[in-house]
Amino acid sequence: MNEPSPHALGKDLIGLEGLSREQILTILDTAEPFKEISERRIKKVPVLRGKTIVNLFFEASTRTRISFEFAEKRLSADTVNISSSGSSVTKGETLVDTARNLEAMRIDMVVIRHAASGAARFLAERIPSNVINAGDGWHEHPTQGLLDLLTIRDHKGRIEGLKVCIVGDILHSRVARSNIYGLRALGAEVAICGPRTLLPPAPEELGCRVFTHIEEAMEWADVLNVLRLQLERMEAGYVPSLREYNRVWGVSNRRLDAAPRDILILHPGPMNRGVEIDSAVADGPRSVILNQVTNGVAVRMAVLYLLAGGQPEKAEAAKQGGDS
Amino acid sequence: MSDKVLLKGGRVVDPSLGIDSTLDVLLAEGVVASLSSDIDAPEGARVVDCAGLVVTPGLIDVHVHLREPGEEHKETIATGAAAAAAGGFTAVCAMPNTDPPIDDPAAVGFVRAAGRAAGQARVHPVGCISVGRAGLRLALVGEMVDAGAVAITDDGNPVMNSGLMRLALEYTQAFGIPVADHPEDLGVSALGHMNEGIVSARLGLAGKPNASEDIHIVRDLLLAELTGGHIHLQHVSTRFGVDAIRQAKARGVRVTAEATPHHLVLTHEAVEGYRTDAKMNPPLRTRDDVEAVRAGVSDGTLDTIATDHAPHHYDEKEAAFADAPNGIVGLETALGVVMTRVVGEGVIDLPTMVERMSCQPARAFNLPGGTLAEGGAADVTVFDPGATWTVDPAAFLSKSRNTPFAGWELTGAPRMTIVEGRVVWSA
Repeated sequence: MNEPSPHALGKDLIGLEGLSREQILTILDTAEPFKEISERRIKKVPVLRGKTIVNLFFEASTRTRISFEFAEKRLSADTVNISSSGSSVTKGETLVDTARNLEAMRIDMVVIRHAASGAARFLAERIPSNVINAGDGWHEHPTQGLLDLLTIRDHKGRIEGLKVCIVGDILHSRVARSNIYGLRALGAEVAICGPRTLLPPAPEELGCRVFTHIEEAMEWADVLNVLRLQLERMEAGYVPSLREYNRVWGVSNRRLDAAPRDILILHPGPMNRGVEIDSAVADGPRSVILNQVTNGVAVRMAVLYLLAGGQPEKAEAAKQGGDS
Repeated sequence: MSDKVLLKGGRVVDPSLGIDSTLDVLLAEGVVASLSSDIDAPEGARVVDCAGLVVTPGLIDVHVHLREPGEEHKETIATGAAAAAAGGFTAVCAMPNTDPPIDDPAAVGFVRAAGRAAGQARVHPVGCISVGRAGLRLALVGEMVDAGAVAITDDGNPVMNSGLMRLALEYTQAFGIPVADHPEDLGVSALGHMNEGIVSARLGLAGKPNASEDIHIVRDLLLAELTGGHIHLQHVSTRFGVDAIRQAKARGVRVTAEATPHHLVLTHEAVEGYRTDAKMNPPLRTRDDVEAVRAGVSDGTLDTIATDHAPHHYDEKEAAFADAPNGIVGLETALGVVMTRVVGEGVIDLPTMVERMSCQPARAFNLPGGTLAEGGAADVTVFDPGATWTVDPAAFLSKSRNTPFAGWELTGAPRMTIVEGRVVWSA
């Protein structure tokens, strides 16, 4: 405990950028024993008994908030949900005061979702509690990246050497950034594919190949991680229409059938069926979209456990109810 | 306060006179009375031993935001003028993007009067190009000049309407003032919060590409060439922009141009960690751009160094990056940063620094000072080129502390600031 091990995470989980291969594998390996808890009749272990956790959601989210809440409750933490919204500036001002108020209430952990890139780090620098980033602007969504890694590993048996292409709106996507950093740390090759209006500047410097055409991406990839195309991107003119987007970049069985390999399909949800992904793909044998959701709870349990000071090698014992 | 000051034995550096040698300077009745070796102290003169110090025509910053009227919690004309004096500046040009904006003669008169009342560095008002900075029609240029405006600009906003910029460049010719522009095509950049590139990609922040600045630099150069008007391009930050200005100057276009200390020494990597004290507009750009800006200052393409002093209250900057306002303070760090990281690194020599920070700004904006010629305004800066100090924002006379240079160790510090023969600040 005194010697910081190369596996230790530190106080916060702000992003996967800068995490080592060992740190990421520690989280994934710790998630493995926690998967089983959710399959039990009584889905609760006393690992975080007495810990108080605030789920601070400045931006609407259903799936991520619920996933965190299940993870917290299955580890017996006391949780409070705070949802807030407002103008960008209001949020910025609120953030400083929110940080001070949380500090004053002696919270153990904060899970934060915020529309501004950097918001999680901003909070983490100002409070002694553990901070977990549940998505900040376009920056990172590290637990989503981790659950994607776990799901790919479950189905492919490895990450190293795999070719993973992220498809869609990469520019505005925190999921894309966390995937890029996590996949590269574990030795995967990463590509991005989408209209140039929705790709980030300097993709090569991010370590990504770029495919303009979805067919080329499918020719290359073992795994596609298909991102949601938000309606407001069309309204802002990044793509002329959703129908056209589907025609040019949509993931369909017709296209997948022409690919040389059996491609694994991920999607962080919520899906726009018939836009970035056809229903036949989402509901078909290549899709592991619901496995991602299941793994999300286990990964979040692992992150909560590790940040609370739990030791990875004791996770198996901890879930038996002995150690907290 | 004596009306005669004798500066003894300093290294007098004045490129306007081609002087760089040890001389005495006598100031009397608000003007430079004489400049020669070994002047005897007249009756009642304050004698200042300047051995080991540099004596130059007073530094002039043609680009500062003093926030008054309207945002006095950030800065006032008095605190800004005091900060200027403490930074070694004898004069500043106050940008008109206040609330209300400085777009009529009464508002210009207010700034001038408040500057005089402060009794620190001279405060030269700059008026708006357009009424209300709305970018639609010309403000009362002639009447503002009569009231003391030394230039016009809609700074903070670019002039998006090229037709209006053309009119401004034509109309100002009757009054002999420059049109200063913040060159930026908002259609390309408006959503951005920092330089567009690998750092913005990693941080997940919307970017402003170089092209957004370059488009308007080129437009302004074309319009200056068309009209014969004097365009002053503010805070140039891109390689292409520097090259375009260099070519335009070679063609004889009437263009003057600024570089800021921060664009001369910092790159977009300074934003890492979402540091809002590294957020300004134009943003910090790449190492390649910084090298081009340095080359531009070296060869005179960028003829003026100006700070774009932009104070903001601490709680406005203590926010998520996208929510924080643009701008940093610069008046009290400029001399040290330029001495240490521009002169000290051999980009320019000391006389060239004085040319860029005093002589040329006075010439470009037709201001008093900028020379120690006998009979000229007794605006003088004395600084210690070898003094090492650490930037402590808490010690600033400015009301605001938003600087990326906090904690930097700098060499070169102001010692005395003299305006119209009066010592307004001394260390």
